[in-house]
Amino acid sequence: MSTRILQFTNCKILRNHRIYIDDLWVRDGIIVDPEKTFYDEKLGPNRVIDLHETLVAPGFIDIQINGGFGVDFSHDVNIIEDGLQSVAKGILPHGVTAFCPTLVTSKPDVYHQVLPKIKKTKGGTHGAEILGVHVEGPFINKDKRGAHAVEDIMDFGKGFRTLDEVYGYLDDIKIVTLAPEKENSRCIIEELVNRGIAVSLGHSAADIKTAEDAVSCGASLITHLFNAMLPFHHRDPGIVGLLASNNVKKIYYGIIADGVHTHPAALRIAHRANPKGVVLVTDAISAMGLAEGVHHIGQKVIDVRGDCAYIANTDTLCGSVATMNKCVKYFLEAASCSTVEALEAASLHPAEALGLSKKKGSLNYGADADFVTLNDSLDVLSTWIAGECVSHVPEFDICD
Amino acid sequence: MRLVILDTSSAVAEWSAMYVMKKINDFRPAPGRHFVLGLPTGGTPLGMYQKLVEYYKAGKLSFKYVKTFNMDEYVGLPRDHPESYHYYMLNTFFKHIDIDPNNAHILNGNAPDLEKECEEYEQKIKDAGGVHLFIGGIGPDGHIAFNEPGSSLVSRTRVKTLAQETLEANARFFDNDINKVPKQALTVGVGTVMDAKEVMILITGTHKAFALYKAIEEGVNHMWTVSAFQQHPHTIMICDEDATLELKVKTVKYFKVCIF
Repeated sequence: MSTRILQFTNCKILRNHRIYIDDLWVRDGIIVDPEKTFYDEKLGPNRVIDLHETLVAPGFIDIQINGGFGVDFSHDVNIIEDGLQSVAKGILPHGVTAFCPTLVTSKPDVYHQVLPKIKKTKGGTHGAEILGVHVEGPFINKDKRGAHAVEDIMDFGKGFRTLDEVYGYLDDIKIVTLAPEKENSRCIIEELVNRGIAVSLGHSAADIKTAEDAVSCGASLITHLFNAMLPFHHRDPGIVGLLASNNVKKIYYGIIADGVHTHPAALRIAHRANPKGVVLVTDAISAMGLAEGVHHIGQKVIDVRGDCAYIANTDTLCGSVATMNKCVKYFLEAASCSTVEALEAASLHPAEALGLSKKKGSLNYGADADFVTLNDSLDVLSTWIAGECVSHVPEFDICD
Repeated sequence: MRLVILDTSSAVAEWSAMYVMKKINDFRPAPGRHFVLGLPTGGTPLGMYQKLVEYYKAGKLSFKYVKTFNMDEYVGLPRDHPESYHYYMLNTFFKHIDIDPNNAHILNGNAPDLEKECEEYEQKIKDAGGVHLFIGGIGPDGHIAFNEPGSSLVSRTRVKTLAQETLEANARFFDNDINKVPKQALTVGVGTVMDAKEVMILITGTHKAFALYKAIEEGVNHMWTVSAFQQHPHTIMICDEDATLELKVKTVKYFKVCIF
């Protein structure tokens, strides 16, 4: 195949924590250095694409998403391939170019059935890239289970062998959320990290000492900060305390910035304590992407009203229905942070947290050409994966 | 020699870009029939490049069959340094137009054998059939390219050590640290530019006024190397009003009439 170089021009780009006017050169799906391409290889662009002064930012990465568009990854186990496909495609217009399908605490036979069917998959017009599964549980604290089924929660009885038995297939797992106060957690965390799986602390009642130990073993993330953990206490700040701990070099924390699950003041506290670690997640459930009204999903009846999903005929929230693009916009406003910070919280930071920042989460030379174009209010106008337009609003018709 | 006096520096940019466009289009470049341009860098020609990019985008001009040769480049400066002329040319001009990268030539200041690099550059210009239009700017001390005061007026492409004055003037581009300014450069010679069929020199601003006076009202002098072009059969100097401040009224009036 002959080399194909695309030049995206007339745009602002987010690179090296700055937004400035520049071109983006893409060669065979990878962002390249125009200087080397032009002077060393003597190659110019085959196609020039005018982006009409829009902002180009790295594609969003959602590392915690339970489903959407009527699909629930943990329940629709018989049609999981179809379900994955409709979510992967459905999140493209919201700027998501890569994601980690998330499974809540489930029985071992569900894991055995589902995990081998969720493969790491490259993105394209068919949908966003699957970076691997996020298994949220079942090794969590019963007291902090949230909506997880208490009877399915487990301990690390036989060390890592228990994980092999419970999950059955670990090759395509990218993140494990666990409670570090469980017995044997140290060696489990070390082994997971050895295998290239990120360990996220959550659904846990750990004190700060236990949390710091877990980070020293290799844990790199916190699952939905503030939710399902001990509230901040000044003598023992618990997992939340990791954000400002002197004993922790680097920690990333997922946060649901949908305007419902986390108070704006809490967002600001987290962001100001640790601006480089914030990772925006949707934690979206099956009702995300559905119209307002009552929906029958599996055995549940869900009522979507405004930005919230309730169990029908009640005022009980049953999960987030936020899209990633909405979270970015909400976070920008609620945290009073810069545009760069808001966009990096949805791209660079999750990529770093998963150890993927060479290829994902930035527009640096050598990275995959996964990006979004945005207007001044940060609405997604088009989404691109490996230099190919995979979604665009009708008005932004430059992709064909 | 022609001297074109325009009101402002932006008029100089537009006039020179229009002139380049006309020259290229009149030549009717085609496969195997390339128009050859000599190109400068720096602040003065910036506006001209922007205009040329504008004309290209409007479909009035193509660089598909244009070959370019840049005048000079620092020695030992990484190519992706914002002050390198490779960086300047790519970002102000080359990446915005349809030039074939094989036709865009810049001296390589990082070549292992600098003398060989210079010899080969001269040969490449010859192989291209010589330069049709060489565009240049001048320094306040009257230098063209890096042919500093005292350079031979028959010089060819070579390594030049920069004058202390030039180092001091350029320190502002290198964190105000004179030690970071490259001490040497590769440059085409005055003779190399003299060989071009036509030479166009842009001069703008009051700080260039004395150099313009030296270039055209005094005799040919190797301490003001640009004065050599008085003896070129087709030299055209384009300046703004500010640059004429040191000229005689007689000179200005003469050339202002000549324009029509």
